[in-house]
Amino acid sequence: MEKLNTYRAGPDAEGRFGKFGGRFVAETLTPLVLDLAKEYEAAKKDKSFQEELDYYLKHYVGRPSPLYYAERLTDYVRDRAGKGKGAKIYFKRDELNHTGAHKINNCMGQILLARRMGKTRIIAETGAGQHGVASATVCARFGLPCVVYMGATDVERQKPNVFRMKLLGAEVRPVTSGRATLKDAMNEALRDWVTNVEDTFYIIGTAAGPHPYPMLVRDFQSVIGKESKEQMQEAEGRLPDVIMACIGGGSNAIGLFHPYLDDLDVEIIGVEAGGLGLETGEHAASLTGGRPGVLHGNRTYLLQDDDGQIKEAHSISAGLDYPGIGPEHAWLYETGRVSYVSATDKEALEMFQLCAKLEGIIPALEPAHALARAVEKAGEMSRDQILLMNMCGRGDKDVFSVMEMLEG
Amino acid sequence: MAGKPGRRRRRPGFAVRKAARKTIGPVSLCLAGRVRGRKRFFRPKSSTQSNSTEFAAPVTRIAARFAKTAKENRAAFVPFIMAGDPDYETSLEIMKGLPAAGADLIELGVCFTDPMADGPAIQAAGLRALKAGQTLRKTLALVRSFREQDKATPVILMGYYNPFYAYGVEAFLKDAKEAGVDGLIVVDLPPEEDAEMCLPARAAGIDFIRLATPTTNDERLPTVLRNASGFVYYVSVAGITGQKVGDAGVIEAAVTRLKTASGLPVAVGFGIRTPEKAAETARSADAVVVGSALVDRLASTLDAARGKSDMVVNSVLSLARELGSATHAARGVKR
Repeated sequence: MEKLNTYRAGPDAEGRFGKFGGRFVAETLTPLVLDLAKEYEAAKKDKSFQEELDYYLKHYVGRPSPLYYAERLTDYVRDRAGKGKGAKIYFKRDELNHTGAHKINNCMGQILLARRMGKTRIIAETGAGQHGVASATVCARFGLPCVVYMGATDVERQKPNVFRMKLLGAEVRPVTSGRATLKDAMNEALRDWVTNVEDTFYIIGTAAGPHPYPMLVRDFQSVIGKESKEQMQEAEGRLPDVIMACIGGGSNAIGLFHPYLDDLDVEIIGVEAGGLGLETGEHAASLTGGRPGVLHGNRTYLLQDDDGQIKEAHSISAGLDYPGIGPEHAWLYETGRVSYVSATDKEALEMFQLCAKLEGIIPALEPAHALARAVEKAGEMSRDQILLMNMCGRGDKDVFSVMEMLEG
Repeated sequence: MAGKPGRRRRRPGFAVRKAARKTIGPVSLCLAGRVRGRKRFFRPKSSTQSNSTEFAAPVTRIAARFAKTAKENRAAFVPFIMAGDPDYETSLEIMKGLPAAGADLIELGVCFTDPMADGPAIQAAGLRALKAGQTLRKTLALVRSFREQDKATPVILMGYYNPFYAYGVEAFLKDAKEAGVDGLIVVDLPPEEDAEMCLPARAAGIDFIRLATPTTNDERLPTVLRNASGFVYYVSVAGITGQKVGDAGVIEAAVTRLKTASGLPVAVGFGIRTPEKAAETARSADAVVVGSALVDRLASTLDAARGKSDMVVNSVLSLARELGSATHAARGVKR
């Protein structure tokens, strides 16, 4: 591992984490992202902005989310592990947030920024629909019109969320280009933004995109890691030994990881979507299966061919179905501070059911990926150790599609 | 404080350009632009160029072409086609026919899976090219092939950064220069990322064409023009390609502003679809870029032609001829 004084100093003034990140956007959008960076810096220094955000996080989102000792899952692991093995598994329960996932932490922050900047129209992209629902929700709360771009494939496999967004007053625009998933939705949202520069604020849902998005999404999601540190001190009197989260673009993961980056005794593991298996090429594991490139405003690891054409990602989980990853993860990967592994569609499906039966918690398919590696990892750790996993979303949105897969 | 020496260096250059414009007129614009460029970038070839006029002879095809159109008091016509659309051979035939159809410069699209700034027409063109197996290497081969018959018409590649980055910037610039590429427009490389490709391109003798848009305000303009070369491309609307067009009065004001500030010729594009609009734009702009209309014509003929590539070629070239004539005749001066 590269030795640094701190892993928490990035990004630099140009929005770089090492060589990753940056501001690779069309000239039309450049003044907008520069303006947003300036406005965000001002908001960070403004005590009233933080107070307002804290107020809504507490009373509207329902924070802090609980830290929960998954006792039966731990027992399950210990029953199958070697003697003295089987770490205690904790969940950070961000699936209990209003709207059912961590996404609203970021949406609340960004809509307060949008209001501060006098923007009157909101656009967003969504994969699983969780970010779309969270965006539609905060727009309803603050009375702003909201357009959500969603790949046509995702519209089909995430019907409950599509209906939710409509109910919340948002307009859902299906995107048919490419494989009609998250990447294509993001292209279309960028096309909208470049056309409606005056009044529109683009709420990006993951810790990617042009600077300052990766930074501000991380900051708004860092509430996950910060709370968990305090809660873990209270529950166990110490920090966990291992923390884990699933990664598509990587917003819930960076939110959990960032406050721990300089606690070098804490091992940090990100779990990418392995799809049908890395060897098949049908996956969404940008770090393990990709190489550096430039897409959607930042340099990061991308799934691409020799000509630099972006490949379609594949995952059972619409929320992880993205051929890139946030630039800070790319940097953490190269520095070696965080290790990145993957879990397949099949493993995620198994965990989806296991967690429901053992803990009475139906996880979203996204954290079910993290769970697959967490259960395995806990089995290799000793009994007196602690593993913390971010349960970033609940599985209500997935029950119908999983039902079709299991019974259909 | 750090900015001061730079400012001091720039000032005299600007004064010279201003004086030159006043006394000599439009022809000097591009020459002055070159001089400005040379001050900052070592170009060994240019210093050895002989000249028959009192000015250094234009060393680049782009500068030479704009000197010619300015002398003829007309705007340059710049058609855009997507390399490899609908296939390599057909796009090569179209490209080869463009100069005779009135093209003064050619913008050649580099296909990319995720063209964030393009409307449906050019998105579809890129997909057709990708489906037919087009790559950046093949696009350079296309230029090389074109150059066998045409040594004068400037070729500008327009695309997104990742294919160039995947090729390797240095290797690409070397191969592009050898193939006969004159300029690059890379949509997602704003001045903030100049170190990536703009500066290396200029060092390699390839112009890096800057985009200015309606969101480029006075505060930002110097940043956008800092390393501009060749010409400035004014995107007439905030939006994607082929959707709508800016108001003529607004465009004219923007062209004047950009010419004054940059000392470079100004091309206008995004949303110009008809000969009438091309003519209107050509009255103030130094160049008129038309892309989506040609690409749409290709797409519609393709459906009707059912694989007959000469029908596609002829149809695209005939629209190019209409647009070219309208552009050239706009100021009422015969060629």
